[in-house]
Amino acid sequence: MKRDLLPWLLVPLVIVAALPLVGSAASWVTLTVAGLAMGLMVFIMASGLTLTFGLMDVLNFGHGAFIAVGAFVAASVMLAMGSWMSADSLALNLAAIVPAILAAMVVSGVLGFAFERVIVRPVYGQHLKQILVTTGGLIVAEQLIKVVWGPEQITLTRPEALRGAFLLGDIAIEKYRVLAVVVGLVVFAALALTLNRTRIGLLIRAGVENGEMVESLGYRIRRLFVGVFVVGSALAGLGGAMWGLYQETVTAGIGGQVIVLVFIVIIIGGLGSVGGCFVGALLVGLTQNYIGFLEPKVALGSNILLMALVLMWRPQGLYPVARR
Amino acid sequence: MPDALLSLRGVKTNIGRYHILHGVEFDVPEGGLTMLLGRNGAGKTTTLRTIMGLWRAAAGEIRFDGRDITGLATPDIARLGIAYVPESMAIFGDLTVQENLILAARSGPFDPKRLDWIFSRFEALKRFWTLPAGHLSGGQKQMLAVARAIIEPRRLLLIDEPTKGLAPAIIANMIEAFRELKDGEATLLVVEQNFFFARALGDSVAVMDDGKVAHCGGMAAFAADTALQQHLLGLGMGEHQ
Repeated sequence: MKRDLLPWLLVPLVIVAALPLVGSAASWVTLTVAGLAMGLMVFIMASGLTLTFGLMDVLNFGHGAFIAVGAFVAASVMLAMGSWMSADSLALNLAAIVPAILAAMVVSGVLGFAFERVIVRPVYGQHLKQILVTTGGLIVAEQLIKVVWGPEQITLTRPEALRGAFLLGDIAIEKYRVLAVVVGLVVFAALALTLNRTRIGLLIRAGVENGEMVESLGYRIRRLFVGVFVVGSALAGLGGAMWGLYQETVTAGIGGQVIVLVFIVIIIGGLGSVGGCFVGALLVGLTQNYIGFLEPKVALGSNILLMALVLMWRPQGLYPVARR
Repeated sequence: MPDALLSLRGVKTNIGRYHILHGVEFDVPEGGLTMLLGRNGAGKTTTLRTIMGLWRAAAGEIRFDGRDITGLATPDIARLGIAYVPESMAIFGDLTVQENLILAARSGPFDPKRLDWIFSRFEALKRFWTLPAGHLSGGQKQMLAVARAIIEPRRLLLIDEPTKGLAPAIIANMIEAFRELKDGEATLLVVEQNFFFARALGDSVAVMDDGKVAHCGGMAAFAADTALQQHLLGLGMGEHQ
């Protein structure tokens, strides 16, 4: 039986189609890498959200809080290790970044656990209440961030090893974007392996399709959901940390700003589908960068337009999950 | 009469503001096949879902092997050795046939003999072993749903309309499979509309009407009593052969 590869083919199609429009090969390569990097960072933030929606039908608008907290925690750790960040040594740079990212993931994961217990659990199965309560959770989290870290934005400087660009002839590729692509691909590979090669992954995929039947087979899907929620929150923290470094500033509103992109991505991909989320994130990242270059005035609306086009083609998203 | 493996006493179930079950009472004797019959909307599916904990009983008691399971969560009920095949089949369409069965085999790798037996009854499952289950035909999905319930020994199988929409040849195979199961280790409670199937397999019968059990007894006596069938089901069994 053939796999449905058409949505995957959209990514190379968009990349190839952009070349004549952009004109310059150097600009095209730069924009493509920027688009892939942006898309993969959004994918990291969105992957957990799509799974939690698929598993338990939970619309969590508070996901942005995990992104913001991850960004602030990572920023705090990196600022505290300022001398290592600015050292002209890749080893010292990594010695600052790795603990910063791990701390971001741990704190966001713990916050996710508490968020699920206190805010999400009482409103299972009630979409309207979920939207209201989780949006409220995001607003409270933003205010708490201001209490802890202050109302001003934090300016981050990328470590020495990640500043600047690789130069290939007249093509410049930012080093940080290469790192973002690598991390995004590693996260995708890890998720794909877990989902397709482990029993937990099988349970998650089955639970996304029909949680009631998974319970009837003797598995406690609530526990599975809490686990996925925590991992998804930790990934959001990782994405937030990377996004903060990408923007080189961190503000309390970072989660609220990025969550719009995250929702566009998971809707395009098909709610509950990690593969769809991956393809959707790449399409969003590429489209925004190409259109931002070609027609900056419409760049803001390009993602909405992309979502509308995808939904006209496939109303359930690129990879609709078979539902109960 | 063997001891009851499952017994329901005064079970009431509400779905939202609708009262569906109004005090269901019947026993499922151990080691046999009990047919749960009744007109559409009588409450048969609700009864199975209530036993499985998918809908909460508002009142009454459900005992399995002497233990009160009324308030248990669905996974805990399943872990006592109760398997459920819903009317919708609820196969995982994005997972392969093999993956569907891997999930159902909670205790580990497949028992090769049992798998061979399942393949002998449902040959299509072997043929489409690595195919996503969503691509199977309706009959093949039903085979997979039943196979998922029997891939490991279970003490009680709750099966909701296993023959719905199936071709006669597949029904014959299913009758054989259920007969072998009840001759082996399992007790079965089967909701069925196909009276030929019900009579061929049932040892005992409970007939539901309007959310209550209106008749309980042996299948042979019920099959012979066309007046009772007419009264409870609206049609005699002979008309369905």
